[in-house]
Amino acid sequence: MGKKLLIHNDKVPGIHTLEVYRAHGGYASVEKALKTMQPDQVTDEVKKSGLRGRGGAGFPTGMKWSFLAKPEGVPRYLVCNADESEPGTFKDRYLMEVIPHALIEGMITSSYALGAKTSYIYIRGEYFYVARIVEKAIAEAYAAGWLGKNILGTDFSHDCYVQVGGGAYICGEETALLESLEGKRGNPRIKPPFPAVAGLWGCPTVVNNVETIAAVVPIVNMGGEEYAKIGVGKSTGTKLISASGHINKPGVYEIELGITVEDFIYSDEYCGGIRNGKKLKAVVAGGSSVPILPTELILKTAKGEPRLMTYESLADGGFATGTMLGSGGFIAMDEDTSIVKNLFTFTRFYHHESCGQCSPCREGTGWMEKILQKFLNGTANESDVDLLWDIQSKIEGKTICPLGEAAAWPVAAAIRHFKHEFLEIAQKKKFVDVSHYNRLNKVVA
Amino acid sequence: MSSQVHGTQHFDKAKRAQIAFSEIAMNTVQVIISHYPPEKIKSALLPVLHVAQAEFGGWLSPETMDYVASILKIKPIEVFEVASFYTMYNLKPMGKCVLEVCQTSSCWLMGAEDIVKYIEKKLNIKVGETTKDGMFTLKTAECLGSCGTAPMLQCGASYHENLTYEKVDNLLENYKTENRLRSYTDLDYKNTL
Repeated sequence: MGKKLLIHNDKVPGIHTLEVYRAHGGYASVEKALKTMQPDQVTDEVKKSGLRGRGGAGFPTGMKWSFLAKPEGVPRYLVCNADESEPGTFKDRYLMEVIPHALIEGMITSSYALGAKTSYIYIRGEYFYVARIVEKAIAEAYAAGWLGKNILGTDFSHDCYVQVGGGAYICGEETALLESLEGKRGNPRIKPPFPAVAGLWGCPTVVNNVETIAAVVPIVNMGGEEYAKIGVGKSTGTKLISASGHINKPGVYEIELGITVEDFIYSDEYCGGIRNGKKLKAVVAGGSSVPILPTELILKTAKGEPRLMTYESLADGGFATGTMLGSGGFIAMDEDTSIVKNLFTFTRFYHHESCGQCSPCREGTGWMEKILQKFLNGTANESDVDLLWDIQSKIEGKTICPLGEAAAWPVAAAIRHFKHEFLEIAQKKKFVDVSHYNRLNKVVA
Repeated sequence: MSSQVHGTQHFDKAKRAQIAFSEIAMNTVQVIISHYPPEKIKSALLPVLHVAQAEFGGWLSPETMDYVASILKIKPIEVFEVASFYTMYNLKPMGKCVLEVCQTSSCWLMGAEDIVKYIEKKLNIKVGETTKDGMFTLKTAECLGSCGTAPMLQCGASYHENLTYEKVDNLLENYKTENRLRSYTDLDYKNTL
């Protein structure tokens, strides 16, 4: 069994309540930080831990915190990004639903480090019931004095609020999230200025993912150096992986960064192998935005080394033969899966979720969806593969926010590794028969 | 959002004059507003729109949006531009129960298309349509974060996961028996039918 730091108590009955959470060591990091550490010492521990943003980008958290501007007399804010919307990702939902106090504890300890008197947890609107669970936990924390004025009798006071969104993937992009938190459309802002300088209502703001903030708790408790001993190289600590698709045991798993992909897919501790005795065909390892890889490349790098669940190993070989850890949204597809049809669902998603600000993304995602639709209804020809490639190459790097890349990369990767599937359809050798795709009866059986 | 149907409704002054939150809803709205600095209460717009949608029949009419604008002391256009951007706000009347079937990758891999077809056949409507009795509207949705429990559908605040045809039968039957508006702000969190 690997070490677990975030969801080790997830099966304890009543762990969502303050009483049980506290009985299992909850809120110790707040006590330790507020009573024995200066705010900058907390930031130093996070720096030493090597913790990297768990939302997808993997930016070092301690460094992000150290960029926060601290002008006199201007409020600073911590905003938790709980707008989890990357297809294949449901870890933050699990964490908030099962152990909501882990997030709240992280919010308090992190806010102490940042000098934030107020923080917001922005939860995607569809997770309304999760927002209720978190709100309930916040109310418990207020009643017990973990939130509010002079926490633990110190000078530190803190208020934490939940805001629900309205249903928009783009609000997972931090500046779009801030716009949405200000009651506007979720149009990403041009950077710079970065939120660390001008964020919520123009004030210095740190935006961190749910899992990132929850990870601050064990880091403060055990010390950054101890945390950094877990993992491999610059991939330190543990990571929540949302596993879905054609595996025997879908769900949220906490892994020590550094286990092999093969172990993650086939061991009974994790995914338990591919369902119905089928063979694995491809994996999207870090949420819909990251390049899809065929079995041989996800299990082993181009150099023939075992691929590890780390930021570096998954990215080994660049996009030619590698992918990204991303948000940890791990989608496995069996041998019967049509890569073209799966790509269509991704592209339809990005077309739907493009905010419409930048023409390459707004128009390009729609064009790509239309062309992929041609493959599905049997009217595509070979030149459409080149056209798809051309369009995706003209989106990447030409938009305000990374949704452009997120939409372009899956298209590029599908063509890079599975071009033959597109060509087979275009040459009318093999149609994608959508109607045969009757998975459900197997589920029932 | 590209697939959002924009409002084509006309503004009705008489209707507008009749719109007012109930006391409970107004209290909720005041609590939401208290979460922000007094000069930044526009921030309350998204959550307040959810309350308004639940309170006034499951959709946001021009009159409702005008009313919300007056409460938050902003221009009606500021409400409309937000309501038309986010997928959860309905700008036209919906059925009492809006069934949103997730169709993105993991759900598709696990049979979401079959669920959609099954509901279409059972309710005799197509995606985007409402049953004649006004009970159900069928929609498709993009990733709802239920990938490990696919296929799934959302109705109001409830997530129905690991769907089978039998589960769909049961939940439709229950909703029909309950015969009430299901909104995102419903308090009975998770329906584990």
